[in-house]
Amino acid sequence: DQLLNRPRSLSGPSGKLTLLCDANTDGSFLVHHFLSFYLKANCKVCFVALIQSFSHYNIVGQKLGVSLTVARECGQLVFLEGLKSSVDVFFRAQAEPHPLQFLREANAENLQPLYEFVREALKPVDDGEAAWRCPVLLVDDLSVLLSLGMGAVAVLDFIHYCRATVCWERKGNIVALVHDSGDTEDEENNILLNGLSHQSHLILRAEGLATGFCRDVHGQLRILWRTPSQPTTQRDQSLTYQYKIQDKSVSFFAKGMSPAVL
Amino acid sequence: MAAVATCGTGAGSTGSVVAAGSKNHVTSFQRRGPRASGSDSSYSRLVSIAGTRPSVRNGQLLVSTGLPALDQLLGGGLAVGTVLLIEEDKYNIYSSLLFKYFLAEGIINGHTLLVASAKEDPADILQELPAPLLDDNFKKDFDEEACNHKTAESNIKMKIAWRYQLLPKMEQAGPVSSSRFGHYYDASKKMPQELIEASKWHGFFFPEKSSSTLNIEPCSLTHGYIKLLQFIQNIIYEEGFDGSNPQKKQKNILRIGIQNLGSPLWGDDICCTENGNSHSLTKFLYVLRGLLRTSLSACMITMPTHLIQNKAIISRVTNLSDTVVGLESFIGSERETNPLYKDYHGLIHIRQIPRLNNLIYDVSDVKDLAFKLKRKLFTIEWVQDNYLRQERNIYPPGFSYLLKQKDSAWGEGSLQHSTFLMSFLAKATAFASRLVRHSEPLEQTGSGRALQAAGPRLWRDGRRQEAPGLLVTPP
Repeated sequence: DQLLNRPRSLSGPSGKLTLLCDANTDGSFLVHHFLSFYLKANCKVCFVALIQSFSHYNIVGQKLGVSLTVARECGQLVFLEGLKSSVDVFFRAQAEPHPLQFLREANAENLQPLYEFVREALKPVDDGEAAWRCPVLLVDDLSVLLSLGMGAVAVLDFIHYCRATVCWERKGNIVALVHDSGDTEDEENNILLNGLSHQSHLILRAEGLATGFCRDVHGQLRILWRTPSQPTTQRDQSLTYQYKIQDKSVSFFAKGMSPAVL
Repeated sequence: MAAVATCGTGAGSTGSVVAAGSKNHVTSFQRRGPRASGSDSSYSRLVSIAGTRPSVRNGQLLVSTGLPALDQLLGGGLAVGTVLLIEEDKYNIYSSLLFKYFLAEGIINGHTLLVASAKEDPADILQELPAPLLDDNFKKDFDEEACNHKTAESNIKMKIAWRYQLLPKMEQAGPVSSSRFGHYYDASKKMPQELIEASKWHGFFFPEKSSSTLNIEPCSLTHGYIKLLQFIQNIIYEEGFDGSNPQKKQKNILRIGIQNLGSPLWGDDICCTENGNSHSLTKFLYVLRGLLRTSLSACMITMPTHLIQNKAIISRVTNLSDTVVGLESFIGSERETNPLYKDYHGLIHIRQIPRLNNLIYDVSDVKDLAFKLKRKLFTIEWVQDNYLRQERNIYPPGFSYLLKQKDSAWGEGSLQHSTFLMSFLAKATAFASRLVRHSEPLEQTGSGRALQAAGPRLWRDGRRQEAPGLLVTPP
């Protein structure tokens, strides 16, 4: 997806939180893109996949050019498969604390076991061989945690702890997907979305077209660069593209310039 | 083709048919094999499950929902391992019919059924399943109808509404024999008793099971949901749908049907109050999907979403389900008297289709779908009327457009103003859309009113070629 022509240099200042947001459409193609991008760039990735199964990501990843099974075997990828583990957690009591422990509890307070899992997964390997580049945490997606009983504050705390560890301590990046519920009054989701928007360095927002469904233009992507740590007087830079998803890639074009319309 | 065969039988990571690994789970999302239509020996192991077929797009195993028209809209069928959520219509008439079609399809194909309900005993539900339509005695009626339909319309070549001819026609295929993929059912007759007896089914009737003790730590799920999840998990584990016990006989699909999930009969109060136990249903759906993904099963859930008070839950439930179809029946609503809908019984909204193993997904191009329950068939058709809404990517919704009506002077429909202002705006946007698409505006030949910009070939030789009737300005 080099069609996303924005500066994607890893040598630049890392420690970024990228927020992926989708409204009225499915933004999972962004998750697939980031996963394949970071794996190709030789980063150590911890992927908390709560929505789909491993083989789904694997098959799409192969279309984009990475093999998740190989990455998992050689240790580059740590994969938490939410759907499969939830069944294990729910039906059988686990001996040691499981990252999805909150499924069993009536009033789970925080996501600490999940945070411990992430911290353990992205721990720098001491023996020094096969040094991966910066660690990356990828979460798909955070809105599911709200559906599973956690409050918005608990999820924000989780991201805060992860940022402290991954971004500040280990100079890595975090990418998280949140659904924007639009006009339905999902207050918890709005709290989560607003809170994360203020903390993030880069916001990618995939929206459906305002005029409804179209076969040739699947949606619109808004990119917003921010500097949350230094309040500056200059405005944040923003770009808008429309996109069409194809079998192995996504093509972007400026608004109104879809090849189908011209 | 030789390369394809080796890919299928080899131990490649995508081509492997059975999962390697310590627990020997069979996930239904593995690539079953090459998409070739030929019969490879490794490929035939999984295709040999009756009533399933691999999807054309991504090799995913599909089962029929019981309605071939709905299968077509969902991209071929319901994928094994996913959840189909039906948002019920107001009086639960048509959604329970779809539920029965789903179960009847399972019986015809020999799948194992798991029926869960809090309202009716599953045995009673099974007694009321519709009978399958056999080839011979219905086919000739159907062919007659199809012929009448075709001769009336397809011979007229459309001149003004020419875009209609480019649109895909909904398939109106006839009933098929039992070895094929989808079947048609006769809603007026009941399924013969011997077929029901011969099938394998498990029932979960909540009022019977609610008295037994609970052996799981209290989490925020309601009692009914916990029992149902345990029941489903037991069946999957004992009968080996998740690959844990190697099945001696052939692999089969488990069809799970859950009726009226979320209604107060299950002990859930989201339909009663706004601030009820808001996580119970969503947690249930999440764990259910986890169970389905790791086993050879497919699930249909009907849910009375029109009763749920907290709208946020509906959006969360939609995000947690794979395929969501909403039914809206016209009974009792003001649409019943609308002449547009006089042939139909309700509308079908396909709200969500999953993207499985793929970045893209099959989505049908038509969005205004209505259903009707004729004597024997449940058909879904495109509501053909709004002439200009096909250019929806340029025209904003919310405008009422020029409506097409039958039997007009032109032979295929006349244009009738809904309101003058709306039609004026519609034509103004038509003019603007031509600018976008053709990047040359029409030459200004008239008085400059937007009414005159009606089409690229309207003005040729300085004379109007086709009379737009009501739109022309008086000379």
